[in-house]
Amino acid sequence: MSTKTKAAWNVGLIAALLGLLFILEQVMPSGSMLFTVLKKGAIYALVAVSMNLLNGFTGLFSLGQAGFMLLGAYTYAILTIPTESRASVYQYFDGGIVQFALPVPVALIAGGIVAAIFAYLIGLPVLRLKSDYLAIATLGFAEIIRAVFQWDKLGPITNGSNLLRNFPSFKSVLYPFIVSGICIALIVMLINSTYGRAFKAIRDDEIAAEAMGINLAHHKRLAFVISSFFAGVSGGLLAMYQTTIQASMFKSAMTYEILLIVVIGGIGSVTGSCISSFLFIACSEWWLRFLDNENLYIGGFHVPFLRPGFRKVVFAVVIMAMVLFYRQGIMGTKEFSIEAFSGFFKKKFGKKKVEEGGGSHE
Amino acid sequence: MDWITKNLPYLMAGISVGGQYALIAIGYTMVYGILRLINFAHGDIFMVAGLVVVYAATVMPIYIAIPLMIIVTVFLGFMVERVAYKPLRSAPRMSIMISAIGVSYLLQNLALYVTGGLSQQYPAIPWISDTVTVMGATTKRVTLITPILTIVLVVGLVMLIKHTKIGMAMRAASRDFETSQLMGIKINNVVSMTFIIGTFLAAIGSLLFFTNYTGVTPTVGAMPGLKAFVAAVFGGIGSIPGAVIGAFIIGICENIIKGLGWTTFSDAFTFALLIVILIAKPTGLFGEKSTDKV
Amino acid sequence: MKKRVLAVALAGVMAVSMLAGCSGGNGNTESNKDGAGTEAPAADGAKVVKIGVYEPASGDNGAGGKQEVLGMQYANKMTPTVEIGGEEYTVQLEIVDNESSNDKGPSAASSLVSAGVSVVLGSYGSGVSIAASDVFKDAGIPAIGVTCTNPQVTEGNKHYFRICFLDPFQGTVLANFANAEFSAKKAYILTKLGDDYSTGLGHYFKQAFEALGGEVVEEAFQEGNSDFTSYVTKAKNEGAEVFFAPVSTEAAALIIEQAAAQGLTVPLMAGDTWDSNVILNAAKGKDVQIYVTTFYQEGGNEEFDSGIKEWINSDSTAKANNGGDDTISAVTAMGYDAYYVALEALKAAGSTDAAAVNEALWGVTYTGVSGNIAFDDTNGDAMRDTAYVKCANTETGAWDFVTEQGVN
Repeated sequence: MSTKTKAAWNVGLIAALLGLLFILEQVMPSGSMLFTVLKKGAIYALVAVSMNLLNGFTGLFSLGQAGFMLLGAYTYAILTIPTESRASVYQYFDGGIVQFALPVPVALIAGGIVAAIFAYLIGLPVLRLKSDYLAIATLGFAEIIRAVFQWDKLGPITNGSNLLRNFPSFKSVLYPFIVSGICIALIVMLINSTYGRAFKAIRDDEIAAEAMGINLAHHKRLAFVISSFFAGVSGGLLAMYQTTIQASMFKSAMTYEILLIVVIGGIGSVTGSCISSFLFIACSEWWLRFLDNENLYIGGFHVPFLRPGFRKVVFAVVIMAMVLFYRQGIMGTKEFSIEAFSGFFKKKFGKKKVEEGGGSHE
Repeated sequence: MDWITKNLPYLMAGISVGGQYALIAIGYTMVYGILRLINFAHGDIFMVAGLVVVYAATVMPIYIAIPLMIIVTVFLGFMVERVAYKPLRSAPRMSIMISAIGVSYLLQNLALYVTGGLSQQYPAIPWISDTVTVMGATTKRVTLITPILTIVLVVGLVMLIKHTKIGMAMRAASRDFETSQLMGIKINNVVSMTFIIGTFLAAIGSLLFFTNYTGVTPTVGAMPGLKAFVAAVFGGIGSIPGAVIGAFIIGICENIIKGLGWTTFSDAFTFALLIVILIAKPTGLFGEKSTDKV
Repeated sequence: MKKRVLAVALAGVMAVSMLAGCSGGNGNTESNKDGAGTEAPAADGAKVVKIGVYEPASGDNGAGGKQEVLGMQYANKMTPTVEIGGEEYTVQLEIVDNESSNDKGPSAASSLVSAGVSVVLGSYGSGVSIAASDVFKDAGIPAIGVTCTNPQVTEGNKHYFRICFLDPFQGTVLANFANAEFSAKKAYILTKLGDDYSTGLGHYFKQAFEALGGEVVEEAFQEGNSDFTSYVTKAKNEGAEVFFAPVSTEAAALIIEQAAAQGLTVPLMAGDTWDSNVILNAAKGKDVQIYVTTFYQEGGNEEFDSGIKEWINSDSTAKANNGGDDTISAVTAMGYDAYYVALEALKAAGSTDAAAVNEALWGVTYTGVSGNIAFDDTNGDAMRDTAYVKCANTETGAWDFVTEQGVN
């Protein structure tokens, strides 16, 4: 397939997907769990891809994602709460000191920028560390950020440890899809650019990459800052989805969840991260919920062991099995592309080599 | 005198909690020394040890429940290594760390299922749960016992490592994993032994910790676990005395910070300390020089 | 290559099952998805009305949430049907666990919405109620807060109601009590960071206490903290005369234990969350004084007390959910009343349509075991003017009634 047809296919596919979502939204009751899963899945897809950019494509094992999402979410919320609601939201802090509201897209981007600035500052010292030391240092930074945002001295800005609410949210499921889609497309373009190739070279062999003339510090910092920017944007989207946010939500458990999504999808596969984030969210929020029902009958048979919490045990066992026996994840380092897809139908697989990172995203 | 009475409780709590962190930190530092693995599940094994006593104490006397808890915990540590880490020994380091996160997730969710998500009350253990008064400050006896017991155990462990064959094998494996295999050391036994010792100490640590702070919840192990890891890095990973001293310093600092009224930052402080140490002196206080870390 | 085949297959499965999920999501009575409707089927032919129960069953507030649900389940057992618009409907409770967590709550709430409930009861804990408020609002489903006392739950919206008193009231009652009973001039307030209930009640207590000429020392602890010794030490060092800790029962048990171990002699005071047998068990045999304000005093309604005790003692699951004994918590009584308020609203609406129920709720009045319930016109808060003050008897492990107190 030529590059042009491939691009046409990808554009067509994305248009078809958005069209399908639009139709679904018209015909389905808006309360359906499907939309909850789609919205949250799209947001997690973005943050998973941004984490993948670091862990999968640059080989920097960072566990700071929750912290950067927190920065994005707080920036978004603080900048968009309508001025008339501020008195009730910041009730313990006399309405806060921020007395203006920005339009939603500006605030989302601002969220990304704040996360990126912090990433730059944090990156200066910690990016010198390697593998698990980097992981634990970034995890530590995320915890420090969380503590700072809960500090009541900053209350006039952050509302202390209390909920932020009343900021604009989205109604249509298309919104997170479009925003995440654009961001993921930008990340894919980056991966396919010279920078992306430099990132991969660093991942594969730092010393060799340096010998080839790649500025290690510069490229690592770039990957870290860009990844954090998109984590910040997804934090803003998450705030819109949740309708209320609070620093205590962004615990390290959140980072672990995102990491598991990346691993299940395949470290180094953008489409893998997207697919697995939808699967992950659907399983944890929707499909497995019946396991929590104590009075589940199949025919006349009372299924044993079921009670609240069983869902999570099953889920954890599945994840553990994936990690141990299926380490490549769903996609490995491959991408889901229309080329592979049509090849699958033509029963010609085995011959073509899918170029890494060359496919579409979703 | 009045000043001492007022501030002694902070110091005692700090030393006591430091001793408990120390017992957990040894498990981290030994495992990291040999496998280069941050065993994220270690804190959760500590939590499981607490739950075992809670449930065992309802059906049997406490003096049987405690040895049983130690056996169960050690067995769990051994099994976790065999099932979740051993198959990944030749895999990239990231995979094995992810596996550790997976085990942690699994243990927490299992505990959530078993407890129904409710905090469980740890049974009072005779004698060590009793209240005593030291220089006008009242506390539980366990607070005083913890540092002594910790030091006794650590001295024992150091003797074991210095003067026994298995100890020598451990030192060899942590110096050079591959070469030690070539020298005829049964590496799997060494790794298992490391996990057994680590979880044994964590089990004792959990006994002391939960006697002081009696609620056992599924996530209770996460924070002490992370702090103990920080203590291990602070003291110099791979160094047992380092981990112990690091743990005491962190325990005491944490309580001093709380005493000063900076409670919001008591956890954050630990991580700030970690980052400072990693950047300024990556080998920690007593760690050996290594080019691997930075 | 196998991987790619599998990937494609998985993607296909995902797409298909999502669509399958869609087709199942249309009808309200559709079952076998997301756990809705998997209970043993009700009597044949009877119509079903679903009441959502949005309560924590795990996490910080799990113990209290379970007790609140008990009240609803008992009420459902006593009155399993309701007549709406001349037809007999079987009431089905759709119970979800919000995990006491502000980020897990909205998803749990969405699953109630997709199950097609007519009205929602809950929650225990104010933060989760605020977090899920918009989900219910967008779906047009009214919610009846049972024991969420923070004003922000109902403020400025028309779909969230509540049957309990509010924190400004409760905080004032507690401050008055501390001032009158213990002549306290200095109070130590310990709250949990990021918990709206805790921060809110602490704030209103402080306001009221300072208005009475008192002085306060405030501290907060992080989520997941289990070492409270330094806070107790601080309270002692500051010379506080009462220790006010409006926190979840999970933290409360630890605080009581450590306060007793450190020989804290001043009374511990708290709000409605502490009215739980978790506290009684933690305090039993220890040298502590504990005073709480609450919604209901055991003995307030003999019929209800004996009925529910009999049920709890006969049902092992119920007993386990109640913490292993038959002490009646105020939240159980409140859950019981909330169920009947929902039934009244359904009757008044004459339909199972959520919007009609929402309209009807404004006019609902009901005399429950915890007193009269009627909603005010601005926020939909119950007009309550009394709180009960109880004291934990550390010898018998039961609550002793102290006084009934208003703000005047």
